[in-house]
Amino acid sequence: MTTIIFWAFAAIAVGSALLCVTRRSPIASALWLVLTLFALAALFVILDAQFIAVLQVLVYAGAIMVLFLFVIMLLNLGRAGPSDRKGALAWAVAAALGAGLLVPLAGLARAAPPAAIQLPEGTMAALQQQQGMVGAVARPLFETYLVPFEITSLLLLAAIVGAVVLAKRKL
Amino acid sequence: MLLGPALAVSAVLFTIGVAGVLIRRNAIVIFMCVELMLNAVNLTFVALAQRLGVSGQIFVFFVMAVAAAEAAVGLAIILAIYRHRETVDLGKINLLKG
Repeated sequence: MTTIIFWAFAAIAVGSALLCVTRRSPIASALWLVLTLFALAALFVILDAQFIAVLQVLVYAGAIMVLFLFVIMLLNLGRAGPSDRKGALAWAVAAALGAGLLVPLAGLARAAPPAAIQLPEGTMAALQQQQGMVGAVARPLFETYLVPFEITSLLLLAAIVGAVVLAKRKL
Repeated sequence: MLLGPALAVSAVLFTIGVAGVLIRRNAIVIFMCVELMLNAVNLTFVALAQRLGVSGQIFVFFVMAVAAAEAAVGLAIILAIYRHRETVDLGKINLLKG
């Protein structure tokens, strides 16, 4: 049952990603990307990452995509103008590079991590039962990864200042 | 369990993102394709976190923070370019072209 649901959402994700890449209007592209992000959030739930799935919907579908739609509307690009897709040569290059990239990446699907470092099946679910869905992520985040977490706040501060400086007409 | 299929799906999504960057000229759409690639990598992290420990999920957290920062700064740059050139068509932004 889980496998069927997984493949259903995977099909939605891949299909809407294809539509996102090929639609002419940027608004349509953005909305198809939102659907991809929602389907990915569903996949995260299936893969025992409920908290990350919620973050995906809140941060990606909620905040980042709204920012994209804001900019598209601000620049008045909503109407589908003349196609911005490149010519046949670029399609050929994209197809060749895509196929060349897909072959080694798809090989990963058969590769399993060595058994010595693998946790037994169901470890994640047990951990979540024990510490709670948020706790299982929060505990290592604020213990092992505390310094990277604090550096992230610096990164976000720099991004805020940079965005304001870049988008302002006159300082 | 679903490790192999998840990695396969993320490989396909990443490839679609790369192809999108190559075939489009609209800067905002290209930017969205980059976000798609970041999400494909997130799926890899989450799938492997199931078998290799919760650290993978923490990395997704950091990737999301970087993606948010990138979106804010990148869109500000696109705004600045649009104000200057009245277009977001990357084919027409050729100041550095010899």
